[in-house]
Amino acid sequence: MAKGALEGAKVLEYAAFVSGPYCTKLLADLGAEAIKIEEPGPGDEARRRGPFPGDIPDLEKSALFLYLNTNKMGITLNVNTPTGKKIFKELVKWADILVEDKPPKVMEELGLDYNALKVINPQLIMTSITPFGQTGPYRNYKAHHLNIYHGSGLGYLTPSEVDNLEREPLKGGGLLGDYVSGLYAAMATLGALYAKGKMGLGQHVDSSRQQALINIQRVQASAYPNEKVNLSRTAQSSGKAGMGGAMPCKNGYIAATLAQDNQWEAFCELLGHPEWWENEKMRDSYTRGEAYSEIEPFVLEWMMNRTKEEIYHQAEAMSCPIVPFLSPDEVANDRQLEARGFFVEVDHPKAGKIRYPSAPYQFSKTPWSVRHPAPLLGQHNDEVYCQLLGYTRGDLVKLRGAGII
Amino acid sequence: MTGGPLEGIRIADFTFAWAGPYATDLLVYMGAEAIHVESNRRPDHSRMISLTTRGRFTGLNQSSVFNDMNMGKLGITLDLTKPKAVVLAKRIVKVCDVVAQNMRPGVMERLGLGYEALQEVKPDIIYLSSSARGAHGPERTYVGYAPSFAALGGISCITGYPDGAPAQMYGEIDLISATTSAFAILAALNHKQRTGEGQHIDLSSSEATSVLIGEVLMDYFMNGRVQSRSGNRDDIMAPHNCYRCKGDDKWVSIVVSSDEEWKAFCEAIGEPEWVDDDRFCDVYSRKQNEEELDRLIRQWTIGHTHHEVMDILQKVGVAAVPSYNSEELYQDPHLKERGLFTEVDHIDGGKHIVVSPPWRFSATSARIGPRAPLFGEHNQYVFGELLGMRDEEIKSLIGERVIY
Repeated sequence: MAKGALEGAKVLEYAAFVSGPYCTKLLADLGAEAIKIEEPGPGDEARRRGPFPGDIPDLEKSALFLYLNTNKMGITLNVNTPTGKKIFKELVKWADILVEDKPPKVMEELGLDYNALKVINPQLIMTSITPFGQTGPYRNYKAHHLNIYHGSGLGYLTPSEVDNLEREPLKGGGLLGDYVSGLYAAMATLGALYAKGKMGLGQHVDSSRQQALINIQRVQASAYPNEKVNLSRTAQSSGKAGMGGAMPCKNGYIAATLAQDNQWEAFCELLGHPEWWENEKMRDSYTRGEAYSEIEPFVLEWMMNRTKEEIYHQAEAMSCPIVPFLSPDEVANDRQLEARGFFVEVDHPKAGKIRYPSAPYQFSKTPWSVRHPAPLLGQHNDEVYCQLLGYTRGDLVKLRGAGII
Repeated sequence: MTGGPLEGIRIADFTFAWAGPYATDLLVYMGAEAIHVESNRRPDHSRMISLTTRGRFTGLNQSSVFNDMNMGKLGITLDLTKPKAVVLAKRIVKVCDVVAQNMRPGVMERLGLGYEALQEVKPDIIYLSSSARGAHGPERTYVGYAPSFAALGGISCITGYPDGAPAQMYGEIDLISATTSAFAILAALNHKQRTGEGQHIDLSSSEATSVLIGEVLMDYFMNGRVQSRSGNRDDIMAPHNCYRCKGDDKWVSIVVSSDEEWKAFCEAIGEPEWVDDDRFCDVYSRKQNEEELDRLIRQWTIGHTHHEVMDILQKVGVAAVPSYNSEELYQDPHLKERGLFTEVDHIDGGKHIVVSPPWRFSATSARIGPRAPLFGEHNQYVFGELLGMRDEEIKSLIGERVIY
């Protein structure tokens, strides 16, 4: 098997649930060697979250955990004990990168903050992924995905194009924001890794989940400081009146995103009315909204008489970006994803064979790959403690007895 | 502090709109140099229009969106439909480490600037192709924008009210794709640093959203379950919602994740009897009686500002955060201390306040600004100094509308 792009990089993960583990997964799936630390007993919260095969809860079968922890070795370690701390520090010596997600005060209290760890390993890259970052008055505040999505300003804009502001603003679906925070942190970590490779430089990467999400809506977020306006969820205030929003069709919804003149021209032709494009008001992007409102009833009826698949392929054949809103089952059965081999079957010793999403990038020389499935709780204790750190089997028994591993 | 990690890395940037330009701009924050290629035949459309804010701009040097997505880059103009311009583009690539482009698959190849052609010029080039559906497969030529990526990727269908339509999503989806692209390029740069080998990266912007709902897709594969829209709700935790507060369109998000937090919550809001109320006493009951619970909590939040709710609840260890608008992000004391916003120059000659990057390196500072390039601003520098062309030669190519 060809080697991954990050072959040779060593990552230690002391993180749970989504953002931290996704950050490490992104690196491990590209070849980095990763060791994940879990609390003895319950382990990572994602193990209890599900969904589970057959809806039967099992710490070893949560899809969220299985997905987010591919290609990692798993150990259990109670870092709150003095011996646990000592072992943690030995692992920090081994690592190029530490990914952690604890509140800043917790790492300080444990004596495992960056200032302490850089003494042990001056070239360490320590990536801290926390709700509000390492500094500032909210640094130790609690926040779940819902809170961060709203605290970033993205929630306030979701869903877009509602008629009025009666209903509550919403989070992105699933755990979208937590994944995005992990993605940003992974990107920043690779920047730091590059600097390390070039100059032998270690550093602390302070990655705020709130700021990651503010960054993906950076244009909307800077509306007020620049123009003294606040965008909101209504079509009028967000300025997206016109064709914006999901449009119903015979069997679902479609999204028409016509950004350029030639796409509007194609749209008129698609609907069998090329003469619409002769209308000066339609040709001018400034008056197009007005022209569109005149033909809108016809457009809505035309869509209602066709399936989203018909509309999609006909429109795209004319370079007109009208696409279906796909539900999870439709994504799972999508012909384009099938052709690209997007879903891969992973065999896990307890959960069995399940199809997983792979990655959105295909590298020509260093392919993305699953070398091994997510670890069972403490699966690699022997390998890591005995083979890597040099403890004996006898030590392991004692450590286990003391509740350290 | 030393220079950025990517100091010395140069990018030939053939991207446009949002998903491409922000990807390379993330690398510019880290110290890379990017040469953004446009032409009068095809100026970057974010110079002219913004789908997200519906901004429209009169000249080519007016757009705050273009300024935001291209800060710190060099800007040149080349009409790539002309063979001489392609020759110049190749000379630029020869002195670059990375090529990035997000044209429809096949376009760069037709221009003679595909991966294989450029690999001949620069064998160790890292070449990113980003497109709506990826560079191969039956739908490779399909075009799309951010709302299309979110619709096709599945994330829109699980975002929204349970009784409403899927949520159309905008610029944030482009920037997710961009961040994914930057990550992939950085992985390739790290590989090249170690081995000297470059490569091609084929990135699909719609797949870049599908990977963010992994467990939702696996639920379908394992259980045949098709998850749908559930507003702010969670499968397990309650309360888990956004509640109206005092003021106009003011809201606060509240999550209680354990019985311990529930007890602290009830005491903090002055309803200690709820702790043992049969309807709410454990996680399961709270979830079962969520409607009633939300109704009661709203009665409390409506009497407070969202900031008051955050203060009261965070003090007792319960996660509560306002649903901020742009003005509140700008004025928030925490974000002020974090340096969320940075003032840079605007291409229109004024000042522009932009969002700073979300990471902070302890040893290398981010390079933010000074601004995006004016249209064709660096033609002289790139063709004259970097490629060493004589003034007459440049003038004649301008006359021929090659540099255009």
